[in-house]
Amino acid sequence: MNVIEMNGLRKEFTVRVKAGRLRREKRTVTAVDGVDLRVERGEMLGYIGPNGAGKSTTLKMLTGVLTPSAGHARVCGLRPVPDRTRLALRIGVVFGQRSQLWWDLPLRDSFALLRHVYRVPAGEHAARLARCRSLLDLDEFLDTPVRQLSLGQRMRGELTAALLHGPEVLFLDEPTIGLDVVSKQAVRGFLAELGRAGDTTLVLTTHDLADIERLCRRLVVIDHGQVVHDGSIAALHSRYGSRRMVVAELDAALPAPPVLPGAPVQRVEADGRRLVFALESASVAEVVAGLAGLATLRDISIVEPDIEEVVARLYRAPAEVG
Amino acid sequence: MAEPGTLTGSWRAYRALLGAQARSQAAYRTSFVVDLVGNMGATVFDVVTVLVLFGVTRELGGFTLRETLVVVGLSSFAFATADLLVGNIERLPRYVRTGLFDAVLVRPLAALPQLLLMDLPLRKVSRAVFGLAVLVFALVSAGIGWTPGRVALAVVAPLAAVVFFAALFVTTATVSFYWVDSGELANSVTYGGRDFTSYPVTVYGGWFRAIFAYGLGFAFVSYHPALALLGRADPLGLPAWVGWASPGVALVAAAVAALAWRVGIRHYRSTGS
Repeated sequence: MNVIEMNGLRKEFTVRVKAGRLRREKRTVTAVDGVDLRVERGEMLGYIGPNGAGKSTTLKMLTGVLTPSAGHARVCGLRPVPDRTRLALRIGVVFGQRSQLWWDLPLRDSFALLRHVYRVPAGEHAARLARCRSLLDLDEFLDTPVRQLSLGQRMRGELTAALLHGPEVLFLDEPTIGLDVVSKQAVRGFLAELGRAGDTTLVLTTHDLADIERLCRRLVVIDHGQVVHDGSIAALHSRYGSRRMVVAELDAALPAPPVLPGAPVQRVEADGRRLVFALESASVAEVVAGLAGLATLRDISIVEPDIEEVVARLYRAPAEVG
Repeated sequence: MAEPGTLTGSWRAYRALLGAQARSQAAYRTSFVVDLVGNMGATVFDVVTVLVLFGVTRELGGFTLRETLVVVGLSSFAFATADLLVGNIERLPRYVRTGLFDAVLVRPLAALPQLLLMDLPLRKVSRAVFGLAVLVFALVSAGIGWTPGRVALAVVAPLAAVVFFAALFVTTATVSFYWVDSGELANSVTYGGRDFTSYPVTVYGGWFRAIFAYGLGFAFVSYHPALALLGRADPLGLPAWVGWASPGVALVAAAVAALAWRVGIRHYRSTGS
């Protein structure tokens, strides 16, 4: 069953741009340009794209904050804007840069308030809170006013707040933005645990691809409002040239970077004593053999493809993709 | 959108939001007390202005001091109470900018009551209480010939005036959905309305009176109810029943505000700005 459906979803904004001293020109910006997506129950979907690609706008349309300009969306079988309050009971939303918590009250109080806002039976609420407390280590700052929490602590609070009513779908807009490594690990570990249970659908936008690698089997890349990739991370690699790298450490620098068929030099480091080759059609053995005739090798290492590199290439050249 | 059976749940939710706001403000106890006292100043000033005026004249637009105080009392109480309950909606542009507005839209409650309750300025309570004191004093000392009808009007008219001002706050705030820097315009209508209703409309003249008193309906906030309470005929010649029309005018204003809010929110959702 599809928990989320988007058909030709589109969102245009009219912005006024200064043109001359007094004149303002209206310009239409298409933030989301005909997105078709289906997300099944229990899926964990990574939704990524460069700044301004339309990620947050899509999420706002799915959560009932913004009305689509064209096309339609269904979440849990409901229309997000007309059925907003009914949908709100069935989804959880975490916006990384804005808060659902009460700034001046202890974290504990926000949770108690949300129980009333979402009309959650006391028993269910207590059970879910207990689970989040142990998985997210909330106990040490449960009585601290939210304004005094660190960003990492606050984000753990936000996650709890979004889950206390047992939502079927959890939307996360940049949940790890600005977090230190330890907090990122805690948040990812928690979301992975949530995904493993299999009954919560998770849609995650992020700039940190480690989030995706850790959590999402399915990756949707959006650029200029259009989906440019929808599939597994492995599919992304093979489609856009998953390139393993060979790093060769040499005793002495070569006069010029060597030309090896099927393995162009990507980078020259350490004053020419370290060369990085991208494996296009050549094998590791061919690169080693080719190099051995030219220089004395001290060390060889192989670097697996990096999703960031793949995505960076994708962002740069989206036009060729249908 | 309201479903049967969820009304009590919503009520409990709103009450919880109000409680949270009270506890949030109690977190800053000293500044709360200072604000409580300071906030009274504005309303005291309204009354002092009128007293000063009567220091130089015996009548104002054909009304004595005691009669005028009924007008002032109605206006002060109604404005201060509406300002307490919904005045903070003028901070709508800030709610939009900080994302509070989006946060409110992903919760299973109506947006407007949430915004009002989450930012209810309890420190303004002192003004409303002072306004009520002025109103009660004015009603007691004006020598009103009390009848059951007038007693009812003395209760209903202030409430209608509160609704009227509240509607005014909401309506003017929705302008900021279209035009973010509209705060000054909104203030000129709301605070201008308070000043306008502090005096008998007979002191104003011509088109100005026509527009504000009857075009926008400010005459029904304090002037006409005061006439009916005092048992005075309208010097401008309107029939006596007009004094009893304020609840109807308030309902119309509330309907306009509700419509403006709905249209404004729809505009926000379609532009996202």
